[in-house]
Amino acid sequence: MNETNYIKLEFPSKSCNEAFARTAAAAFAAQLDPTLEELGDIKTAVSEAVTNAIVHGYPDTLGRIAMRFRIIKGNTLEISIRDWGKGIADVQQAMTPLYTTGGEERSGMGFTIMGSFMDKLRVRSSPGKGTTVVMQRFISPRQGKR
Amino acid sequence: MNINTSYAAGRLTIFLAGELDHHEARNAIRTIEELLDEYMPRDCVLDLSGLSFMDSSGIAVIIRVSRRMKTLGGRAWIENPAKQPQRVIDAAGIDRLVPVALGK
Repeated sequence: MNETNYIKLEFPSKSCNEAFARTAAAAFAAQLDPTLEELGDIKTAVSEAVTNAIVHGYPDTLGRIAMRFRIIKGNTLEISIRDWGKGIADVQQAMTPLYTTGGEERSGMGFTIMGSFMDKLRVRSSPGKGTTVVMQRFISPRQGKR
Repeated sequence: MNINTSYAAGRLTIFLAGELDHHEARNAIRTIEELLDEYMPRDCVLDLSGLSFMDSSGIAVIIRVSRRMKTLGGRAWIENPAKQPQRVIDAAGIDRLVPVALGK
């Protein structure tokens, strides 16, 4: 797979890092010259995936979260977000709209939003070992681009 | 994030500004519920014109306000969402539960 650029980041599962994670995603995506709407979609999807890792991966502890952003196939952004936490026993069920095991500040719409804002969404998880979310979004080249 | 209010004739307007994510949601819910207890409004308007970012945590806040207002026998709706929150509201499909009013 034709990888032209990448960045790797790691941070502890503190909720104050949610804003950092999505801002970092936007900063990396900027080189593809995305529209404001595309940037917003990417930030939202990253916010959802990182929040899931914090809330569901490490409900009672602090743990590691690793993010990797890559540019592949010329104009596609691939985002991978990984934790080594609790894992999800039934991924299908977790991805059902409105299903949540989180608290009052969760809506159960995280995966639905990731799925509708990104072109591809893949979730791998095993209980006790952790979860990896890989998402891809094609950024359309714009007219008049240098 | 910042939360400001205006109140007139039974209608409480809550202006949410800044970024509403999981980190901010718990405080936002607490602040808004205190406001609803204090004013006991007939209508509650969530004005999202100053909200530059929200994710599904914002959906949770909106649904909670809507349920609370139903319990109080009142109504809740969203006004003037900025573009990004509007896309999240559309993706979540909550406009069926909570009406969205555009540009007054």
